[in-house]
Amino acid sequence: MEKSLNWREFIITRAIKASGYSAIVFVALIFFFLIREGAPTLGEVDLSTLLNVRWYPIEDMFGILPLITGSLVVTIGAMLIAFPLGIGTAVYIAEIAPRWMREILKPLVELLGGLPSVVLGFLGILLVSPFLRVFLDLPTGLTAFTGSLLLGGIAVPTIVSVAEDALDAVPRAYREGAWALGATRWQTIWRVTLPAAKSGVLTAVMLGIGRAIGETMTVMMVTGNAPVLAIKLGSLFSPVRTMTATIAAEMGEVANGSVHYHTLFFIGMVLFLISLGVNIAASSVVFRAKKRAERILS
Amino acid sequence: MKRLLTLNRHLTERIGFTAITLLAMVTVLPIVGTIIYILIQGAPAISLEFLTGFPRNGMREGGIFPAIIGTLYLALGTSIFSVPLGIAAAIYLSEYASDTPLTRTIRIAIINLAGIPSVVYGLFGLGLFVLFLNFGTSILAASLTLSIMTLPVIISTAEEALRAVPQSFRTVSISLGATRWQTIRRIVLKEALPGILTGVILGLERAVGETAPILFTGAAFFLPKLPGSPFDATMALPYHLFVISTQVPEMPIQIQYGTALVLLAFVLTMNLIATVIRSRARARRQW
Repeated sequence: MEKSLNWREFIITRAIKASGYSAIVFVALIFFFLIREGAPTLGEVDLSTLLNVRWYPIEDMFGILPLITGSLVVTIGAMLIAFPLGIGTAVYIAEIAPRWMREILKPLVELLGGLPSVVLGFLGILLVSPFLRVFLDLPTGLTAFTGSLLLGGIAVPTIVSVAEDALDAVPRAYREGAWALGATRWQTIWRVTLPAAKSGVLTAVMLGIGRAIGETMTVMMVTGNAPVLAIKLGSLFSPVRTMTATIAAEMGEVANGSVHYHTLFFIGMVLFLISLGVNIAASSVVFRAKKRAERILS
Repeated sequence: MKRLLTLNRHLTERIGFTAITLLAMVTVLPIVGTIIYILIQGAPAISLEFLTGFPRNGMREGGIFPAIIGTLYLALGTSIFSVPLGIAAAIYLSEYASDTPLTRTIRIAIINLAGIPSVVYGLFGLGLFVLFLNFGTSILAASLTLSIMTLPVIISTAEEALRAVPQSFRTVSISLGATRWQTIRRIVLKEALPGILTGVILGLERAVGETAPILFTGAAFFLPKLPGSPFDATMALPYHLFVISTQVPEMPIQIQYGTALVLLAFVLTMNLIATVIRSRARARRQW
């Protein structure tokens, strides 16, 4: 009895440990397959072509710069919207709102995070873009700005939940100290609570950026998908095409193993590395802040 | 002078609070508005034929039955892979792992999995499952892709739930002669079940709503019959909504809203169930 129990326990423990490592295995596998299918691009397409400003695969023009700038424009626009809304909502939920309001708002923001991006894109096509076309008097409502507006909505829940956690984690004694010194609640929020939660807020913003730059369906549906170099100020209000949308729109139509196919995987590789960078940076901010807190406490 | 300064401080506070409250409302009201709007616009399209019929006339008439069934298949397929793996990984992190560089690497890997763009998951699924393992564009390939995508959600919520179980429960169980696994299975898992369930539902909610990962791994534009095996491609609600709102000309608006409503109903129901389970567990918790 004792023996068979040990044996079972041994197997189960092994299985659990193996599952524990699975996350590492999957990240490695994803990277491996992106390289396997994407790296051949570097041999097939000249670097000068790849770093060109024309994306026109039918004529073998694989310049990814317009796609990168397209992603950047949409993401910057999204962050300009999501940053004040996200941090503001987090401050409101954590510091200002009465308890009953908090109980309503938190699930609602979570719900926004769960809305399928295709539904947002659908509403973008039917409501937001016609409205913007008329309101801003543009030739088309399918622009980078339309994408930014909706992407802002997608990034907000990420920012709110992480930033709110960070604000919650600030010890109550900090606030009480500030109040005791005569500061108003408003002054306490700005001069004490937010600075104390700085690293968490920074993490929130970075994760929001990661979320925005990787979003696919919404941007594909509402940004108009024109692969033009977006470096002028007006680019925000003209159609652009992002890296994600290019992959999603074109992968279905390419022949496996073709140059175009490899290039799309190459773009995927770039996206993967960007998200890796953003996430590692975001988590190292958290780790660093933890270490600092431990130093102060000890 | 001094009085004026104090007054100013309080005035600033009042203005500031109003501004922040407005910001929060600007965030939240569109969510409520969106849901109500889709409900109103989509409701007239919902009928028995719409829910149980096949698309006809180039999808401009008839129902969305195969897309609904396809989404259910994908949710089922995803849960088969991601639920056991995710819970086991969470058990490892909460019960077995100590704070070593390896554990930290696992945590960073989970954070990264959560951050990888959904379309990159699609590429990965195409490369590994569809082509390399030769599953073809199929429910199997799409489910596996979605599983890996939902894994970080399940692992992190389940781990949180497991960690919330007081250490004393484990100590008592071990001191009564139970082995580590018996303690985990009979005590820790049982107590953490509502939290884990919440994580599973939230993970599957994500899988149900995603389009990009299934674009090249299992989604079909239109199928005249239901998929017969895991190796068949399938229609799915999010992809169907994408198709009828961008690829089909002269698509009746009502069918589009109806499809959006059904997809939204799936997601909202799952969200609601998760919220209810969580708050009921919180209310009942005695420790």
